Amino acid sequence: MLDSIIFYFFAGVAILSAALMVTRRNAIHSAVFLITTLLATAGIFLQLRAEFLFIAQIILYVGGIMVLFVFVIMLVRLDVPLNHITFRFQKWVALFVAMALACEVGVMFWYVRRLPSAGLLTPPAPSPDKLPPNSEQFAKVLFSNYLLPFEIASVLLLVAMIGAVIMAKKRT
Amino acid sequence: MSPALHSMISFLQTWWVQLASGVLIVAVVPLIAGYVVLVERKLMADMQARLGPMRVGPHGLLQPIADALKLLIKEDIIPDDADKVIFWLAPVVSMTAALVSMGAVAFGPWFQVAKDINIGILFILGVSSLGLFGIVLGGWASNSHYALIGALRSTAQLVSYETAAGLAIISGLLLAGTLQIRSIVDAQQHYGVWFIFLAPVAFFIYLVASIAETNRAPFDLPEAESELVAGYMTEYSGFRWALYFLGEYANMIVVAAVATTLFLGGWLRPFPNVRWLNWLDLLPALFTAAVGVYCVYRAGKQPVRVQTLFMWAVAALCFLVALILAATLLVPLLQAARPGLLGAFWFMLKVGGYIYVFMWLRFTLPRYRFDQLMHLGWYLLIPLAIVNVFSVGMAMMLESEFGWNRWLALVVTMLFTLLAAAFLLHLNDKRTAAASSAAAETSDSYAG
Amino acid sequence: MMPVGHYLFLSLALFIIGAIGVITRRNVIVILMAIELILNAVNINLVAFSRIFGDVHGQVFALFIIADAAAEAAVGLGIIIAFFRNRETVLADEMDLLKW
Repeated sequence: MLDSIIFYFFAGVAILSAALMVTRRNAIHSAVFLITTLLATAGIFLQLRAEFLFIAQIILYVGGIMVLFVFVIMLVRLDVPLNHITFRFQKWVALFVAMALACEVGVMFWYVRRLPSAGLLTPPAPSPDKLPPNSEQFAKVLFSNYLLPFEIASVLLLVAMIGAVIMAKKRT
Repeated sequence: MSPALHSMISFLQTWWVQLASGVLIVAVVPLIAGYVVLVERKLMADMQARLGPMRVGPHGLLQPIADALKLLIKEDIIPDDADKVIFWLAPVVSMTAALVSMGAVAFGPWFQVAKDINIGILFILGVSSLGLFGIVLGGWASNSHYALIGALRSTAQLVSYETAAGLAIISGLLLAGTLQIRSIVDAQQHYGVWFIFLAPVAFFIYLVASIAETNRAPFDLPEAESELVAGYMTEYSGFRWALYFLGEYANMIVVAAVATTLFLGGWLRPFPNVRWLNWLDLLPALFTAAVGVYCVYRAGKQPVRVQTLFMWAVAALCFLVALILAATLLVPLLQAARPGLLGAFWFMLKVGGYIYVFMWLRFTLPRYRFDQLMHLGWYLLIPLAIVNVFSVGMAMMLESEFGWNRWLALVVTMLFTLLAAAFLLHLNDKRTAAASSAAAETSDSYAG
Repeated sequence: MMPVGHYLFLSLALFIIGAIGVITRRNVIVILMAIELILNAVNINLVAFSRIFGDVHGQVFALFIIADAAAEAAVGLGIIIAFFRNRETVLADEMDLLKW
């Protein structure tokens, strides 16, 4: 019961903030709404008992990436009021894409509705107290099965750091 | 309706302690932060050979209440073109981040709101980094140059020193082997010494980084009065400014609590495992009783009658606390309360000591210029923190794989870290010498 | 743990909103933010399924997606700043140097 209240609360906040984010005129308002969406997503992770990912989302996404976004928005702030008047053509393209995506998933659900548990083939989820401590399990899997992707990800971050510094340097 | 009501009642039954502690934190922490401000003003006065606030209440003890009243009834000024929603939101975010991160702090083995979460230290680190948004949004929403520049500088400083603080925390976590706060303190009890003795360089890095994290002097350029007026807080007046200020002091308490948990042994007394030093358990009671005796001694020397009465009241309070602490030791019925109360006392003492060091540094050291500050963070602290993580890891591997003595491994690797630190400082000297010689060459054109 | 269809629906909704944002907005910074929203939607999906199967492989993958999103945001914003320095604009329809 508590589980479903938490889920509906965070899901509602996430969808509402996302909708507000893509419709705001002011870029800083969009950034603030994206922050609330990311925090709501972190709440969903917590509800799914993914504790490490919850705090990784907050530290990395909200505390890192969004700070970067807010900095750049402040730096390239133009005084021209930026409106979201779209081209007439593009609005319909967006609607078409949204319909296509929704139809795709809807058709899939429709076709599998006769199969047991709607074809999702999900085993019953383990109850929360039988789960091992999340951080330890996470670390064990990350540093044994996924050691190579971990190293590659660190090289990727190094390359991105160098690239961003070079991109943003002033050419003297 | 009955099953929903039942589940609500059972929810309250399991979680009422946490809910009550949460409400207590939100209600009490601003008051405590106000009194920390008073302590700082009194200490500043003492170090500057003057008396500090003496007028409001006996010895100035009602000063925070007077300040709070003044700030509440002040006019609420909002700049003309400011973004009203974000102007309102920014101090709220700052204060909320500080208070939520206080939820995971364990003030002793019994008093913790978010009990035994798996990711303890990381939770505090992550949520307190959300306070950044309070600063950067506040600076932007003020629609003023000084505020924006101050906010960007402050955010850049916080982000840089957060990295160094995180790396320093990792050294402590390597020794503890877990992120859970209770297990970290238990690990220190298991090792027998506080982690500050096992990783002193990490403690030093965390001390410096946490001073920069909370925008305290000598790293307080973004909010210094002689610089950018007041940085991101320029356009905030009245209660909004009070929220920022209280958020900063609550952040200070949280940062001190993290350092205490990781490096200073949390709620353990000094030498926690040594049995013949068990009489050290009497120290809290003796200390409080000594403070009470001192109050009685000073009571006779007060010039004004209300101050004398007040001193007697404080002395009585101190003796009461000493009695409670001693009772947990001596009365067999109350033995079970011993770890909780004594642990809380030791924890508060250590947090107080750490904050005292913060204040001491504030009154003693001159301010860093912003480029010096960033240079210190990126060129000195972060490389040193990385080398420190590497060396603590090496020490643990030497101990477990090669069977070295733990202390020998730690001393050897710490020497390596100090060597790296000396090398970094040498590089720093070369750079500042080159910069100043370049400046000397270019400024010669106007000489003579 | 809700039935997994709920998480799929939430993920789909965020994905669609992100896709609409990418297509309709003019400000390239907001387009980048909508891309982050899409990546988040995928993350929710991964973590929901990892919870059902009881292991953490989905969560590890989600962590790699977060790290990748960080790298991409950094480089993307660097490009935007470099472009802004040259052309003084951040609107997508004014970035038409390659058009005939």
